[in-house]
Amino acid sequence: MTHLDAVPLWVALPAALLLVLGSGLTLLGAFGLARLQSFYDRLHAPTLGTSWGTAGIVLASVLLFSWLEGRPVLQELLIGVFVMLTTPVTLMLLGRASLHRDRAEGSAAVPPAGNARPADRGTAGADGARGAATPPAWP
Amino acid sequence: MSGTILALALGFAQVALGLAGGLAVLTILRGPRAQDRVLGLDTFYVTGMLLFLVTGLRSGSLFFFEAACVIGVTGFVATVALAKFLLRGEVIE
Repeated sequence: MTHLDAVPLWVALPAALLLVLGSGLTLLGAFGLARLQSFYDRLHAPTLGTSWGTAGIVLASVLLFSWLEGRPVLQELLIGVFVMLTTPVTLMLLGRASLHRDRAEGSAAVPPAGNARPADRGTAGADGARGAATPPAWP
Repeated sequence: MSGTILALALGFAQVALGLAGGLAVLTILRGPRAQDRVLGLDTFYVTGMLLFLVTGLRSGSLFFFEAACVIGVTGFVATVALAKFLLRGEVIE
């Protein structure tokens, strides 16, 4: 712990707060992932970890490394920007895949595709015989 | 003083992220349907990436940043490919 003892208190306190905030939010998100009831509820829980969980740990890392190296170390922000850009993409795709699977099975837990976009109707109408006939709902 | 505060915070962060990873693995093993397992895998990737960042802070080297970057990119590609597979039954058509 030699390199951490040299850090002044005004850097250490915000960094420690950000670390505890980020890791605590990530733990809460994973707890929600394990505890929530339906899949569409569980889809929201890990975003705690990818929004402020990642942001807290990345900001703490930027703060500490900038002081330790004596220059602005901003490359950790790259991870934060990347995670914040990719998480909505992956979770929207996963949610649409799950909705597609539930509708294909005729599950009663999801609303039917009656008021969806016109492009979605092709896959929802043909329940059992989804084959080469209908174009993909998702491009 | 500041070393103690930072050591406590880093220890807490490592334990919390380890627990979060354990819960994600539990979801992968238990999840009733395939999409739950994919979501658990995505959470596990993010948790592992954050654990690498915290370990890099604790050891004071910038090399863990690159490992965390690679884990983030592979996690994104893995989740997109698995979601695409769930959606269509194929990854590349």
